[in-house]
Amino acid sequence: MPNMSLEKNPMPMQDAQERAHNFNEVTLGYDEETALNEADRCLNCKNPQCVTGCPVNISIPEFIAKIKKKDYDGAYEVISLSSSLPAVCGRVCPQESQCEAKCVRGIKGEPVGIGRLERFVADYHNSKEIKVQKPASNGHKVAIVGSGPSGLTCAGDLARKGYEVTIYEALHTAGGVLVYGIPEFRLPKAIVKKEVDNLLAMGVTINTDVVIGKTLTVDELLEEYEAVYIGSGAGLPSFMNIPGEALNGVYSANEFLTRSNLMKAYEEDPVTPIMKGGKVAVVGGGNVAMDAARTALRLGAEHVYIVYRRSMTELPARKEEVEHAEEEGIDFRLLNNPVEILGYRNEEDPRDPKNGYVKGIRCIKMELGEPDEKGRRRPVEIPGSEFELDVDCVIMAIGTSPNPLIKSTTEGLEVTNRGGIVVDDGGKTTREGVYAGGDAVTGSATVISAMGAGKLAARSIGEYLSK
Amino acid sequence: MYRILEKESLNETVTRMVIEAPLVARKAKAGQFIILRVNENGERIPLTIAGYDREKGTVTIIFQIVGATTYELNHKEAGDCLQDFVGPLGRPTEIEGLKEVCVVGGGVGCAIALPVARALKEEGCKVTSIIGFRNKDLLILEDEFREASSELIVMSDDGSYGRQGNVTVPLKEMLAEGRHFDKVITIGPLIMMKFVVLTCKEFEVPVDVSMNPIMIDGTGMCGCCRLTLNIDGKKVTKFACVDGPDFNGYQVDFDEAMSRNRMYVDFERHKYEEACNLFKGVK
Repeated sequence: MPNMSLEKNPMPMQDAQERAHNFNEVTLGYDEETALNEADRCLNCKNPQCVTGCPVNISIPEFIAKIKKKDYDGAYEVISLSSSLPAVCGRVCPQESQCEAKCVRGIKGEPVGIGRLERFVADYHNSKEIKVQKPASNGHKVAIVGSGPSGLTCAGDLARKGYEVTIYEALHTAGGVLVYGIPEFRLPKAIVKKEVDNLLAMGVTINTDVVIGKTLTVDELLEEYEAVYIGSGAGLPSFMNIPGEALNGVYSANEFLTRSNLMKAYEEDPVTPIMKGGKVAVVGGGNVAMDAARTALRLGAEHVYIVYRRSMTELPARKEEVEHAEEEGIDFRLLNNPVEILGYRNEEDPRDPKNGYVKGIRCIKMELGEPDEKGRRRPVEIPGSEFELDVDCVIMAIGTSPNPLIKSTTEGLEVTNRGGIVVDDGGKTTREGVYAGGDAVTGSATVISAMGAGKLAARSIGEYLSK
Repeated sequence: MYRILEKESLNETVTRMVIEAPLVARKAKAGQFIILRVNENGERIPLTIAGYDREKGTVTIIFQIVGATTYELNHKEAGDCLQDFVGPLGRPTEIEGLKEVCVVGGGVGCAIALPVARALKEEGCKVTSIIGFRNKDLLILEDEFREASSELIVMSDDGSYGRQGNVTVPLKEMLAEGRHFDKVITIGPLIMMKFVVLTCKEFEVPVDVSMNPIMIDGTGMCGCCRLTLNIDGKKVTKFACVDGPDFNGYQVDFDEAMSRNRMYVDFERHKYEEACNLFKGVK
């Protein structure tokens, strides 16, 4: 008999008050008993809708069936057929709008905790000493640009088939957004390191400190490699173009998170500075905005606002992150839009050290108007509703535009008018032997879609090189 | 790891190092920069390339000891290695087609102005250089500049070497005399570049400046190095790491750039003192 409880087994987690002051992982993961109980909620549908909701079509009922039989290794194998980073995706996927949104158990009650079960299986697997075998080389060499989720995935899939893979990474550490963007409390860096170490054990070479488009060009890579995969990720952060964005204390979310995560500014005595404490306003409503707000809180902020121009329904962040942020005391100011960042200026003393620093943010209230072309109701300003919030720091988390370095140095590589690299259904670009995927193609998206693109390209590259 | 092949003290606070970095050396051009980390878990700092040797695969950096990271860097010796050394980043200085240029360098900025002067000379351009320092003890690269320029004017704030005064004094004199320059290229402290730009404006001479904002990744990802340009009355945000570091001096908002560079001044002072105490403790 399946477990007909209407609710998911709750995820064990750190107490909200306690975790708001540390960088340890928020959620602790199911233990075996809870995982078995949750797995029993799966009805093993004949026509499983959850699979269609998954961007990489993991055979979800199949891996859950293995859990029921306590065959966790078998469950891991099932997931591995479709996903390369289960420990990552189990933590950061927006399951509520993907697999779990389609689960029939969700019609009446809560869907099966698919993400939590995926994480359980992956963590079980990672807790064991696994000896990774280095596959025999097939003699083909492939270069991968970027070591984020799509690059790591593409590298893993190709290496398993015997391709000699070299990853080029611009930063000093491999992992891309998984190390510079997503904070430790949501995705422990040890998990990313494990994935990277597994690739190294499979014989993948990772060259850090190489900026493709600068240190080497794609054309130079093509002289040494038969195919190139571009997974260079998103690029330049967007700003709102409102007055005051150059004041000290205004960060892009990329900068704030990079300082904290990659450069470890969250540590007690960091070498890289970051603003700690004070009042903080984060502008935006995506996962990056939640990450920035909760990082600011953990760095000692007295009060953290999320300023978002639409309402809670339109908030694009993962539901669990929004709930966690609310529990931790993040103050959501919805239907508000910044119009100006206010700076401190002592007219009498030009040497006042506070001059040039943020002292507040002026916002205007919004209401939802007619739906736009995507069906989302367009936020409209309410005239005369401006008000000010006293803050010391403003973090802009409103997206990025693709990095121009590769397109400007690679002839014949077509990009869209928004700067994303143009690819066909198989991830092939307009240049022979060059493939691309992830945010470099789509603009800011999710880890799992980037991973899916990496898998797809690995398959296409395999077909291309076996011709 | 990137080996230090040579180390030379140019004066009490300025050091020159030659680093083994063949990939960077192969592509480096005047005006571009690198990002380095001295140690694992160290800070990423940008430094403009002071020279390169493509055949030997080396890149020269010249840095002033201004904070904890440059202090630690200065404690490395020839034979030691740097943790990271990435580049060449940014766009090279635009020198094509220039026939007569005045290069104005100030302080340690002269280290960056020198490769520009050399590159111009190689292009067959007539180079007039003005280099300025606070005093005689801080003078660097005089012989190198003399070699790269058809005319060299050395200035010191206190008159202890060369002429006394700011770099803008001889620049203004020359422009007032009707000397023609296709362009003035200036590299040095922000306040100096601001006044060089004002001087050029008076005589309507084009001027390029080399900006040195705070950076982290240096590849166009974090946006920390942004500055505001005023283009035809419109304010435009640019990123020094991918759009620069050179910009049309007339367009740059220097006051904003100066304010932004002070962002972490207290933190940096504290870190510097900590680093000094640490090294003194070791000795």
